[in-house]
Amino acid sequence: MTSPPGVTRATLVKDLRLEWRSKDAVNSMLFFALLVVVIFSFSFDPTAEESRRIAGGLVWVAFLFAAVVALNQTWARELRNQVLDAYRVSPASANSLFFAKVLGNFIFVSVLQALMTPLFVVFYNLRAVGPAYQLLFVAVLGTWALVVNGTFFAAMSVRTRSREIMLPLLLFPITIPALLAMVEATSSILTGEFSAKFWIVLLAVYDVVFTTGCLLFFEIVLHGE
Amino acid sequence: MKRAFPIFAVLTAGLLTYGLYGALIQAPTEQTMGDVQRIFYYHVPSAWTAFCLFFVNLAASIVYLVWRNPKADALALASAEVGVVFCTVVLVTGPIWARPVWGIWWTWDLRLTLTLVLWLIYVSYLMLRRFSSSGQTPMMAAVLAVLGALDVPLVYFSIWFFRTQHPQPVIGGGGSIDPRMLHVLLMNWLAFMCFATLVCWSRYRLEILRRQVEETQALESLLAAGSSR
Repeated sequence: MTSPPGVTRATLVKDLRLEWRSKDAVNSMLFFALLVVVIFSFSFDPTAEESRRIAGGLVWVAFLFAAVVALNQTWARELRNQVLDAYRVSPASANSLFFAKVLGNFIFVSVLQALMTPLFVVFYNLRAVGPAYQLLFVAVLGTWALVVNGTFFAAMSVRTRSREIMLPLLLFPITIPALLAMVEATSSILTGEFSAKFWIVLLAVYDVVFTTGCLLFFEIVLHGE
Repeated sequence: MKRAFPIFAVLTAGLLTYGLYGALIQAPTEQTMGDVQRIFYYHVPSAWTAFCLFFVNLAASIVYLVWRNPKADALALASAEVGVVFCTVVLVTGPIWARPVWGIWWTWDLRLTLTLVLWLIYVSYLMLRRFSSSGQTPMMAAVLAVLGALDVPLVYFSIWFFRTQHPQPVIGGGGSIDPRMLHVLLMNWLAFMCFATLVCWSRYRLEILRRQVEETQALESLLAAGSSR
């Protein structure tokens, strides 16, 4: 149980069970994303041609905002009953804990995307002109980029005074290149005008760089010294 | 050291005055753009100075992460604050120049976007320093500075994929510049670097003093609590 994969598995199973029983994160993300979709849809009221062009931006902005809702709860949940302090004094490796939290958030955000995508298709009348299978790569790599940075900065912002506000302030500037890549890749696939290859490669590089960086520094952030 | 500060301040004031004279009078008027081009002598040196300060911030943050030296953290804070000010000057003077020359205030060009993203990252850095509890601030800020530096090449490549509108760098970019203009430009850069060093220096000293005061106050209240018992 104390081996790194064991810690990861135990934490992940605990988080998934908590989420399965309360459904706090998924419910709040879902409703939030639904509101964003509805509000965008009637504030722009786009035609099928226009919506194909702007949908990449709308989808990812909605997912980004919704993900922040769940990411904020990742560590805040551990503050109750001093669970986070218990993690600090336990000999378990910090990175396996971080990895469990990232995987958990990845699952939550993926569930959100799986449920929201049909709604986007209905509201915006979407149909991919380019190779649709590439959207899967964009979704997986893009979600990983959001979640790995988000989990890391959530651990940072939970230690500040105004934690709920601090997370987007830290996360958004750093995520700009990844967000640009997700939006551009999705738009190029939907319109079929350009190849999305460059953006997918950029996302993959972003994921590798920031996963390494976060794993390198997480222990310092968790122990706060 | 204490005597060096006023001497350096006077020197900087002299250099800034000479730089202003150079930019407004000495430098020849640009052929196509006219006098509006003179903003170049403030825009470009501010940009170089801001980037130098962000580099100092990154170096100080790495030093802090490796050796946990509190002086390195004070330097990181001073350079980030002054760097944000210079970066703001760049972002304000740029559009003032761009409007008459390009006909637009802003465009999502490579250098503009990179500067804006750097500015955003460093503003979030200062926000983090402001909102975190004092014991953990240096460590978290240093980590953010290093992650922000990792972000810069990625921003560069993501915007590079778009078309670039900003004039190519006139120094080392294959462009040609009148030697008198170059002289004024470098003079202004020297003046700005001196000014930035001066401000950083006093901010650094202020930060060190502030921490000493805090430590003394904490110690005093501990002693008072001990003696009243």
